[in-house]
Amino acid sequence: MADTKEMKKVLFGPILDNNPIGLQVLGICSALAVTGSMQKALIMTIAVTLVTAFSSLFISMIRNQIPNAVRIIVQMAIIASLVILVDQCLKAFAYQMSKELSVFVGLIITNCIVMGRAEAYAMKEPPLMSFLDGIGNGIGYGAMLMAVAFFRELLSKGSLFDIQIMPLLRDGGWYQANGLLVLPFSSFFVIGLIIWAIRQYKPEQVEKD
Amino acid sequence: MGNKDSFGRTLIFVLITCLVCSVIVAGAAVGLRPMQLENKALDKQTRILEASNLLESTMTKADIVAAYNKYVEAKLLDFATGEFVEGNTATFDQRIYALSKDTSITPTNDFAKINRRANQTIVYLVKDETGKTNTVILEVRGSGLWSMMYAFVGLETDLNTVKSVIYYDQGETPGLGGEVENPKWKKQWAGKQLFNSNGDIAIKIVKGGAKAGDIHGVDALSGATLTGKGVENTFKFWLGEEGFGPFIAKYKNGGL
Repeated sequence: MADTKEMKKVLFGPILDNNPIGLQVLGICSALAVTGSMQKALIMTIAVTLVTAFSSLFISMIRNQIPNAVRIIVQMAIIASLVILVDQCLKAFAYQMSKELSVFVGLIITNCIVMGRAEAYAMKEPPLMSFLDGIGNGIGYGAMLMAVAFFRELLSKGSLFDIQIMPLLRDGGWYQANGLLVLPFSSFFVIGLIIWAIRQYKPEQVEKD
Repeated sequence: MGNKDSFGRTLIFVLITCLVCSVIVAGAAVGLRPMQLENKALDKQTRILEASNLLESTMTKADIVAAYNKYVEAKLLDFATGEFVEGNTATFDQRIYALSKDTSITPTNDFAKINRRANQTIVYLVKDETGKTNTVILEVRGSGLWSMMYAFVGLETDLNTVKSVIYYDQGETPGLGGEVENPKWKKQWAGKQLFNSNGDIAIKIVKGGAKAGDIHGVDALSGATLTGKGVENTFKFWLGEEGFGPFIAKYKNGGL
Protein backbone atom coordinates (compact mmCIF):
# COMPACT_ATOMS: atom_id res chain seq x y z
CA MET A 1 0.00 0.00 0.00
CA ALA A 2 1.35 3.39 -0.89
CA ASP A 3 2.30 5.69 1.96
CA THR A 4 1.38 9.35 2.23
CA LYS A 5 4.81 10.51 1.14
CA GLU A 6 4.44 8.68 -2.14
CA MET A 7 0.95 10.13 -2.56
CA LYS A 8 2.25 13.65 -2.04
CA LYS A 9 4.93 13.11 -4.64
CA VAL A 10 2.42 11.83 -7.17
CA LEU A 11 -0.01 14.65 -6.47
CA PHE A 12 2.31 17.65 -6.29
CA GLY A 13 5.33 16.45 -8.25
CA PRO A 14 3.86 17.40 -11.62
CA ILE A 15 3.59 21.07 -10.64
CA LEU A 16 7.31 21.90 -10.66
CA ASP A 17 9.44 18.75 -10.65
CA ASN A 18 7.70 16.91 -13.44
CA ASN A 19 5.41 19.44 -15.13
CA PRO A 20 3.59 17.86 -18.10
CA ILE A 21 4.09 20.97 -20.22
CA GLY A 22 7.38 22.20 -18.75
CA LEU A 23 9.36 18.95 -18.63
CA GLN A 24 7.38 16.38 -20.59
CA VAL A 25 6.38 19.03 -23.17
CA LEU A 26 2.94 17.49 -23.68
CA GLY A 27 -0.36 19.22 -24.32
CA ILE A 28 1.17 22.29 -25.93
CA CYS A 29 -1.61 22.71 -28.51
CA SER A 30 -4.35 23.45 -26.04
CA ALA A 31 -1.96 25.57 -24.00
CA LEU A 32 -1.73 27.88 -27.00
CA ALA A 33 -5.42 28.01 -27.69
CA VAL A 34 -7.09 28.63 -24.36
CA THR A 35 -4.62 30.91 -22.60
CA GLY A 36 -6.03 34.18 -23.93
CA SER A 37 -7.87 34.79 -20.68
CA MET A 38 -7.54 33.49 -17.13
CA GLN A 39 -11.14 32.40 -16.87
CA LYS A 40 -10.96 30.23 -19.98
CA ALA A 41 -7.72 28.70 -18.74
CA LEU A 42 -9.30 27.89 -15.38
CA ILE A 43 -12.31 26.13 -16.89
CA MET A 44 -10.03 24.21 -19.24
CA THR A 45 -7.84 23.22 -16.28
CA ILE A 46 -10.82 21.86 -14.39
CA ALA A 47 -12.06 19.97 -17.44
CA VAL A 48 -8.68 18.41 -18.19
CA THR A 49 -8.04 17.54 -14.53
CA LEU A 50 -11.39 15.76 -14.26
CA VAL A 51 -10.88 13.85 -17.48
CA THR A 52 -7.30 12.83 -16.64
CA ALA A 53 -8.17 11.79 -13.09
CA PHE A 54 -11.22 9.72 -13.96
CA SER A 55 -9.79 8.16 -17.10
CA SER A 56 -6.74 7.09 -15.10
CA LEU A 57 -9.00 5.76 -12.36
CA PHE A 58 -11.18 3.67 -14.67
CA ILE A 59 -8.31 2.43 -16.78
CA SER A 60 -6.40 1.43 -13.68
CA MET A 61 -9.44 -0.43 -12.32
CA ILE A 62 -9.64 -2.64 -15.39
CA ARG A 63 -5.91 -2.64 -16.21
CA ASN A 64 -5.53 -6.35 -15.51
CA GLN A 65 -8.42 -7.22 -17.82
CA ILE A 66 -7.46 -5.05 -20.81
CA PRO A 67 -6.18 -7.26 -23.63
CA ASN A 68 -2.80 -6.02 -24.78
CA ALA A 69 -3.70 -5.94 -28.47
CA VAL A 70 -6.48 -3.37 -28.05
CA ARG A 71 -5.29 -1.44 -25.02
CA ILE A 72 -4.79 1.93 -26.77
CA ILE A 73 -8.20 1.88 -28.38
CA VAL A 74 -9.82 0.90 -25.07
CA GLN A 75 -8.08 3.82 -23.36
CA MET A 76 -9.26 6.06 -26.17
CA ALA A 77 -12.87 4.93 -25.82
CA ILE A 78 -12.88 5.63 -22.10
CA ILE A 79 -11.22 9.03 -22.51
CA ALA A 80 -13.53 10.01 -25.36
CA SER A 81 -16.63 9.09 -23.33
CA LEU A 82 -15.44 11.21 -20.42
CA VAL A 83 -14.69 14.16 -22.68
CA ILE A 84 -18.16 14.02 -24.20
CA LEU A 85 -19.57 13.87 -20.68
CA VAL A 86 -17.64 17.01 -19.70
CA ASP A 87 -18.69 18.77 -22.90
CA GLN A 88 -22.36 17.94 -22.36
CA CYS A 89 -22.20 19.09 -18.75
CA LEU A 90 -20.58 22.38 -19.73
CA LYS A 91 -23.30 22.97 -22.31
CA ALA A 92 -25.96 22.31 -19.68
CA PHE A 93 -24.45 24.13 -16.71
CA ALA A 94 -21.99 26.72 -18.07
CA TYR A 95 -23.31 27.61 -21.49
CA GLN A 96 -21.36 30.85 -21.98
CA MET A 97 -18.10 29.11 -21.14
CA SER A 98 -18.82 26.18 -23.45
CA LYS A 99 -19.48 28.67 -26.24
CA GLU A 100 -16.11 30.32 -25.70
CA LEU A 101 -14.14 27.11 -25.30
CA SER A 102 -16.12 25.64 -28.19
CA VAL A 103 -14.05 23.06 -29.99
CA PHE A 104 -11.24 22.90 -27.43
CA VAL A 105 -13.23 20.86 -24.94
CA GLY A 106 -13.74 18.20 -27.59
CA LEU A 107 -10.04 18.33 -28.32
CA ILE A 108 -9.18 17.24 -24.78
CA ILE A 109 -9.44 13.76 -26.36
CA THR A 110 -6.29 14.49 -28.30
CA ASN A 111 -4.51 16.08 -25.36
CA CYS A 112 -1.39 13.99 -25.02
CA ILE A 113 -1.34 14.37 -21.24
CA VAL A 114 -4.50 12.30 -20.75
CA MET A 115 -3.39 9.47 -22.96
CA GLY A 116 0.21 9.74 -21.76
CA ARG A 117 -0.76 9.27 -18.12
CA ALA A 118 -3.11 6.42 -18.96
CA GLU A 119 -0.44 4.52 -20.85
CA ALA A 120 2.55 5.41 -18.68
CA TYR A 121 1.04 5.26 -15.21
CA ALA A 122 -2.52 3.95 -14.94
CA MET A 123 -1.77 0.72 -16.85
CA LYS A 124 0.68 -0.30 -14.09
CA GLU A 125 -0.46 1.31 -10.85
CA PRO A 126 -3.47 0.73 -8.56
CA PRO A 127 -6.62 2.87 -8.96
CA LEU A 128 -6.18 5.30 -6.06
CA MET A 129 -2.63 6.23 -7.05
CA SER A 130 -3.64 6.54 -10.69
CA PHE A 131 -6.48 8.86 -9.73
CA LEU A 132 -4.08 11.05 -7.73
CA ASP A 133 -1.59 10.96 -10.58
CA GLY A 134 -4.33 12.20 -12.91
CA ILE A 135 -5.27 15.02 -10.55
CA GLY A 136 -1.62 15.92 -10.07
CA ASN A 137 -0.93 16.10 -13.77
CA GLY A 138 -4.12 18.08 -14.30
CA ILE A 139 -2.95 20.57 -11.70
CA GLY A 140 0.53 20.70 -13.23
CA TYR A 141 -0.99 21.35 -16.65
CA GLY A 142 -3.32 23.92 -15.10
CA ALA A 143 -0.52 25.71 -13.24
CA MET A 144 1.31 26.23 -16.51
CA LEU A 145 -1.89 27.25 -18.29
CA MET A 146 -2.76 29.78 -15.62
CA ALA A 147 0.78 31.20 -15.61
CA VAL A 148 0.70 31.69 -19.38
CA ALA A 149 -2.83 33.10 -19.25
CA PHE A 150 -1.77 35.49 -16.48
CA PHE A 151 0.86 37.13 -18.67
CA ARG A 152 -1.20 37.00 -21.84
CA GLU A 153 -4.37 38.47 -20.40
CA LEU A 154 -2.57 41.08 -18.31
CA LEU A 155 -0.38 42.34 -21.14
CA SER A 156 -2.85 42.02 -24.01
CA LYS A 157 -6.03 43.24 -22.32
CA GLY A 158 -4.75 44.85 -19.13
CA SER A 159 -7.10 42.66 -17.11
CA LEU A 160 -7.17 39.51 -14.99
CA PHE A 161 -10.31 37.34 -14.84
CA ASP A 162 -11.93 40.15 -16.88
CA ILE A 163 -11.29 42.66 -14.09
CA GLN A 164 -9.47 45.67 -15.49
CA ILE A 165 -6.10 46.10 -13.74
CA MET A 166 -4.40 48.47 -16.14
CA PRO A 167 -6.77 50.91 -17.90
CA LEU A 168 -6.30 50.71 -21.68
CA LEU A 169 -5.29 53.64 -23.81
CA ARG A 170 -8.31 53.21 -26.07
CA ASP A 171 -10.60 53.48 -23.05
CA GLY A 172 -8.85 56.62 -21.84
CA GLY A 173 -6.26 54.90 -19.61
CA TRP A 174 -2.48 54.74 -19.93
CA TYR A 175 -1.74 51.17 -21.01
CA GLN A 176 -1.14 50.39 -24.67
CA ALA A 177 -2.42 46.83 -25.16
CA ASN A 178 0.08 44.37 -26.64
CA GLY A 179 -1.52 43.03 -29.81
CA LEU A 180 1.02 40.23 -30.22
CA LEU A 181 -0.03 38.48 -27.03
CA VAL A 182 -3.65 38.35 -28.20
CA LEU A 183 -2.64 35.82 -30.82
CA PRO A 184 -2.34 32.17 -29.75
CA PHE A 185 1.20 31.59 -31.03
CA SER A 186 2.58 34.17 -28.59
CA SER A 187 2.11 31.46 -25.92
CA PHE A 188 5.23 29.82 -27.37
CA PHE A 189 7.30 32.77 -26.11
CA VAL A 190 5.69 32.74 -22.69
CA ILE A 191 5.95 28.94 -22.31
CA GLY A 192 9.56 29.09 -23.50
CA LEU A 193 10.44 31.71 -20.92
CA ILE A 194 8.69 29.79 -18.15
CA ILE A 195 10.51 26.54 -19.06
CA TRP A 196 13.80 28.48 -19.03
CA ALA A 197 12.97 29.92 -15.59
CA ILE A 198 12.07 26.48 -14.18
CA ARG A 199 15.28 24.96 -15.53
CA GLN A 200 17.36 27.77 -14.09
CA TYR A 201 15.82 27.02 -10.73
CA LYS A 202 16.08 23.24 -11.17
CA PRO A 203 19.15 22.58 -13.34
CA GLU A 204 18.63 18.79 -13.16
CA GLN A 205 15.77 19.19 -15.67
CA VAL A 206 18.13 20.41 -18.37
CA GLU A 207 18.52 17.74 -21.05
CA LYS A 208 22.04 16.52 -21.73
CA ASP A 209 23.17 16.73 -25.33
CA MET B 1 -10.37 -17.19 -16.26
CA GLY B 2 -8.45 -18.09 -19.40
CA ASN B 3 -5.86 -15.99 -21.15
CA LYS B 4 -6.84 -12.31 -21.26
CA ASP B 5 -5.10 -11.92 -24.60
CA SER B 6 -7.04 -14.71 -26.30
CA PHE B 7 -9.21 -13.80 -29.29
CA GLY B 8 -12.52 -14.53 -27.56
CA ARG B 9 -11.67 -12.58 -24.43
CA THR B 10 -10.51 -9.59 -26.47
CA LEU B 11 -13.74 -9.56 -28.45
CA ILE B 12 -15.91 -9.78 -25.35
CA PHE B 13 -13.89 -7.10 -23.60
CA VAL B 14 -14.19 -4.69 -26.51
CA LEU B 15 -17.94 -5.28 -26.79
CA ILE B 16 -18.51 -4.67 -23.09
CA THR B 17 -16.37 -1.51 -23.13
CA CYS B 18 -18.25 -0.12 -26.12
CA LEU B 19 -21.59 -0.92 -24.55
CA VAL B 20 -20.78 0.73 -21.23
CA CYS B 21 -19.27 3.82 -22.89
CA SER B 22 -22.19 4.29 -25.27
CA VAL B 23 -24.74 3.96 -22.48
CA ILE B 24 -22.93 6.65 -20.49
CA VAL B 25 -22.58 9.01 -23.44
CA ALA B 26 -26.14 8.51 -24.67
CA GLY B 27 -27.47 8.90 -21.15
CA ALA B 28 -25.69 12.20 -20.69
CA ALA B 29 -26.75 13.51 -24.08
CA VAL B 30 -30.40 12.65 -23.57
CA GLY B 31 -30.56 13.55 -19.90
CA LEU B 32 -28.95 16.96 -20.23
CA ARG B 33 -30.66 17.92 -23.48
CA PRO B 34 -33.57 19.88 -21.97
CA MET B 35 -31.15 22.04 -19.98
CA GLN B 36 -28.98 22.63 -23.02
CA LEU B 37 -31.93 23.70 -25.15
CA GLU B 38 -33.08 26.00 -22.39
CA ASN B 39 -29.62 27.57 -22.26
CA LYS B 40 -29.60 28.04 -25.99
CA ALA B 41 -33.01 29.70 -25.98
CA LEU B 42 -32.01 31.87 -23.04
CA ASP B 43 -28.87 32.96 -24.83
CA LYS B 44 -30.88 34.03 -27.84
CA GLN B 45 -33.46 35.84 -25.73
CA THR B 46 -30.66 37.66 -23.92
CA ARG B 47 -29.24 38.88 -27.24
CA ILE B 48 -32.67 40.02 -28.40
CA LEU B 49 -33.24 41.99 -25.21
CA GLU B 50 -29.76 43.45 -25.61
CA ALA B 51 -30.60 44.49 -29.16
CA SER B 52 -33.74 46.24 -27.94
CA ASN B 53 -31.89 48.01 -25.08
CA LEU B 54 -33.99 46.22 -22.47
CA LEU B 55 -31.17 44.14 -21.00
CA GLU B 56 -29.83 45.13 -17.61
CA SER B 57 -26.81 43.52 -16.00
CA THR B 58 -28.75 42.78 -12.80
CA MET B 59 -31.32 40.63 -14.60
CA THR B 60 -31.53 37.00 -13.52
CA LYS B 61 -32.48 34.13 -15.83
CA ALA B 62 -36.10 34.36 -14.74
CA ASP B 63 -36.17 38.13 -15.33
CA ILE B 64 -34.86 37.68 -18.85
CA VAL B 65 -37.46 35.06 -19.74
CA ALA B 66 -40.21 37.16 -18.16
CA ALA B 67 -39.12 40.33 -19.97
CA TYR B 68 -38.81 38.47 -23.25
CA ASN B 69 -42.27 36.96 -22.96
CA LYS B 70 -43.74 40.29 -21.98
CA TYR B 71 -42.26 42.56 -24.62
CA VAL B 72 -41.12 40.47 -27.56
CA GLU B 73 -43.29 38.99 -30.28
CA ALA B 74 -41.67 36.74 -32.87
CA LYS B 75 -43.30 36.72 -36.31
CA LEU B 76 -42.51 34.79 -39.45
CA LEU B 77 -41.76 36.92 -42.51
CA ASP B 78 -41.69 35.95 -46.17
CA PHE B 79 -38.72 37.61 -47.88
CA ALA B 80 -40.14 37.80 -51.40
CA THR B 81 -43.43 39.48 -50.52
CA GLY B 82 -42.24 41.33 -47.42
CA GLU B 83 -45.39 40.17 -45.66
CA PHE B 84 -45.81 38.32 -42.39
CA VAL B 85 -46.99 34.75 -42.75
CA GLU B 86 -48.44 32.17 -40.40
CA GLY B 87 -46.07 29.62 -38.98
CA ASN B 88 -44.50 28.18 -35.87
CA THR B 89 -41.67 30.49 -34.83
CA ALA B 90 -40.56 28.15 -32.04
CA THR B 91 -39.44 25.42 -34.44
CA PHE B 92 -38.28 27.66 -37.29
CA ASP B 93 -34.54 27.71 -37.84
CA GLN B 94 -33.19 29.78 -40.67
CA ARG B 95 -29.92 27.89 -40.73
CA ILE B 96 -31.72 24.58 -41.31
CA TYR B 97 -34.19 25.99 -43.84
CA ALA B 98 -31.32 27.51 -45.80
CA LEU B 99 -29.97 23.99 -46.42
CA SER B 100 -32.93 22.71 -48.42
CA LYS B 101 -33.63 23.70 -52.02
CA ASP B 102 -37.39 23.74 -51.36
CA THR B 103 -37.22 26.33 -48.64
CA SER B 104 -34.39 28.57 -49.79
CA ILE B 105 -32.89 30.37 -52.79
CA THR B 106 -29.38 31.10 -54.03
CA PRO B 107 -29.16 34.89 -54.08
CA THR B 108 -28.06 36.38 -57.43
CA ASN B 109 -26.17 39.23 -55.75
CA ASP B 110 -24.66 37.42 -52.81
CA PHE B 111 -22.71 40.35 -51.33
CA ALA B 112 -22.64 38.80 -47.88
CA LYS B 113 -21.40 35.42 -49.23
CA ILE B 114 -24.10 33.44 -47.46
CA ASN B 115 -24.56 30.98 -50.38
CA ARG B 116 -28.20 30.23 -49.62
CA ARG B 117 -30.97 32.26 -48.05
CA ALA B 118 -34.08 30.74 -46.49
CA ASN B 119 -37.37 31.98 -47.95
CA GLN B 120 -38.57 33.03 -44.56
CA THR B 121 -37.12 34.56 -41.46
CA ILE B 122 -38.18 35.52 -37.97
CA VAL B 123 -38.67 39.21 -37.23
CA TYR B 124 -38.86 40.16 -33.58
CA LEU B 125 -41.25 42.98 -32.71
CA VAL B 126 -40.47 44.56 -29.36
CA LYS B 127 -43.41 46.32 -27.71
CA ASP B 128 -43.59 48.97 -25.03
CA GLU B 129 -45.85 48.87 -21.96
CA THR B 130 -48.93 49.80 -24.00
CA GLY B 131 -48.32 47.06 -26.56
CA LYS B 132 -47.12 49.39 -29.30
CA THR B 133 -44.10 48.20 -31.31
CA ASN B 134 -41.06 50.37 -30.70
CA THR B 135 -38.20 48.21 -31.96
CA VAL B 136 -37.94 45.81 -34.89
CA ILE B 137 -35.17 43.23 -34.70
CA LEU B 138 -33.83 41.59 -37.84
CA GLU B 139 -31.53 38.59 -38.02
CA VAL B 140 -28.59 39.02 -40.40
CA ARG B 141 -25.43 37.14 -41.22
CA GLY B 142 -22.47 37.57 -43.52
CA SER B 143 -18.93 36.39 -44.12
CA GLY B 144 -16.11 38.26 -42.47
CA LEU B 145 -12.48 37.40 -42.96
CA TRP B 146 -12.55 33.86 -41.53
CA SER B 147 -16.06 33.11 -40.47
CA MET B 148 -19.78 33.60 -40.87
CA MET B 149 -20.78 36.43 -38.53
CA TYR B 150 -24.28 36.36 -37.04
CA ALA B 151 -25.97 39.47 -35.70
CA PHE B 152 -29.22 40.99 -34.56
CA VAL B 153 -30.01 44.46 -35.86
CA GLY B 154 -32.45 46.53 -33.82
CA LEU B 155 -34.29 49.25 -35.77
CA GLU B 156 -36.75 52.00 -34.93
CA THR B 157 -40.18 51.50 -36.49
CA ASP B 158 -39.19 53.77 -39.42
CA LEU B 159 -36.93 50.80 -40.38
CA ASN B 160 -34.14 53.25 -41.06
CA THR B 161 -32.75 54.43 -37.74
CA VAL B 162 -30.48 51.88 -36.05
CA LYS B 163 -30.90 51.20 -32.37
CA SER B 164 -28.29 48.49 -32.04
CA VAL B 165 -26.16 45.97 -33.89
CA ILE B 166 -25.37 42.92 -31.76
CA TYR B 167 -22.90 40.43 -33.17
CA TYR B 168 -23.32 37.24 -31.17
CA ASP B 169 -21.59 34.48 -33.09
CA GLN B 170 -18.39 34.96 -35.09
CA GLY B 171 -14.91 33.51 -35.43
CA GLU B 172 -12.89 36.56 -36.46
CA THR B 173 -9.37 37.21 -35.14
CA PRO B 174 -9.59 37.87 -31.40
CA GLY B 175 -8.59 41.44 -30.62
CA LEU B 176 -8.92 42.57 -34.23
CA GLY B 177 -12.01 41.53 -36.19
CA GLY B 178 -13.36 39.89 -33.04
CA GLU B 179 -13.85 43.41 -31.70
CA VAL B 180 -17.21 43.53 -33.51
CA GLU B 181 -18.44 42.25 -30.15
CA ASN B 182 -16.76 45.13 -28.29
CA PRO B 183 -19.42 47.16 -26.40
CA LYS B 184 -17.68 50.44 -27.33
CA TRP B 185 -17.87 49.66 -31.03
CA LYS B 186 -21.46 48.41 -30.80
CA LYS B 187 -22.50 51.61 -29.05
CA GLN B 188 -21.70 53.88 -31.97
CA TRP B 189 -24.31 52.20 -34.18
CA ALA B 190 -27.13 53.77 -32.18
CA GLY B 191 -28.81 56.54 -34.15
CA LYS B 192 -27.16 55.78 -37.51
CA GLN B 193 -29.38 55.87 -40.61
CA LEU B 194 -29.33 52.90 -43.00
CA PHE B 195 -30.73 54.74 -46.04
CA ASN B 196 -30.10 58.22 -47.45
CA SER B 197 -32.87 60.62 -48.45
CA ASN B 198 -33.14 58.96 -51.91
CA GLY B 199 -33.84 55.62 -50.27
CA ASP B 200 -30.49 54.08 -51.26
CA ILE B 201 -28.47 51.95 -48.86
CA ALA B 202 -25.99 54.37 -47.33
CA ILE B 203 -24.65 52.69 -44.19
CA LYS B 204 -20.89 52.16 -44.45
CA ILE B 205 -17.78 51.41 -42.47
CA VAL B 206 -15.37 54.34 -42.54
CA LYS B 207 -11.64 53.66 -42.27
CA GLY B 208 -9.85 56.11 -40.06
CA GLY B 209 -13.06 56.96 -38.25
CA ALA B 210 -16.36 58.49 -39.33
CA LYS B 211 -16.62 62.28 -39.25
CA ALA B 212 -18.60 63.78 -36.41
CA GLY B 213 -22.22 64.12 -37.46
CA ASP B 214 -21.96 61.47 -40.21
CA ILE B 215 -25.28 59.70 -39.84
CA HIS B 216 -24.38 56.87 -42.23
CA GLY B 217 -20.76 56.16 -41.25
CA VAL B 218 -19.50 53.77 -38.58
CA ASP B 219 -15.83 53.74 -37.47
CA ALA B 220 -13.85 50.85 -38.90
CA LEU B 221 -12.06 48.56 -36.47
CA SER B 222 -8.32 49.09 -36.65
CA GLY B 223 -6.48 46.11 -38.10
CA ALA B 224 -9.70 44.52 -39.35
CA THR B 225 -10.28 45.87 -42.85
CA LEU B 226 -11.77 42.66 -44.20
CA THR B 227 -14.06 42.11 -41.23
CA GLY B 228 -15.31 45.68 -41.70
CA LYS B 229 -15.86 45.00 -45.37
CA GLY B 230 -17.83 41.91 -44.37
CA VAL B 231 -20.01 43.94 -42.03
CA GLU B 232 -20.69 46.50 -44.75
CA ASN B 233 -21.52 43.77 -47.30
CA THR B 234 -23.80 42.09 -44.77
CA PHE B 235 -25.89 45.26 -44.62
CA LYS B 236 -25.72 45.74 -48.37
CA PHE B 237 -27.21 42.29 -48.90
CA TRP B 238 -29.82 42.16 -46.14
CA LEU B 239 -31.18 45.65 -46.83
CA GLY B 240 -31.38 44.91 -50.55
CA GLU B 241 -34.04 43.34 -52.75
CA GLU B 242 -33.12 39.78 -51.81
CA GLY B 243 -32.99 40.63 -48.13
CA PHE B 244 -35.40 42.75 -46.14
CA GLY B 245 -35.88 45.26 -49.01
CA PRO B 246 -39.54 44.42 -49.77
CA PHE B 247 -40.38 44.29 -46.06
CA ILE B 248 -38.77 47.67 -45.41
CA ALA B 249 -40.47 49.27 -48.42
CA LYS B 250 -43.84 48.07 -47.19
CA TYR B 251 -43.57 49.05 -43.57
CA LYS B 252 -41.22 52.04 -43.41
CA ASN B 253 -44.11 54.50 -43.33
CA GLY B 254 -45.77 52.76 -40.42
CA GLY B 255 -47.99 49.77 -39.99
CA LEU B 256 -45.96 47.83 -37.43
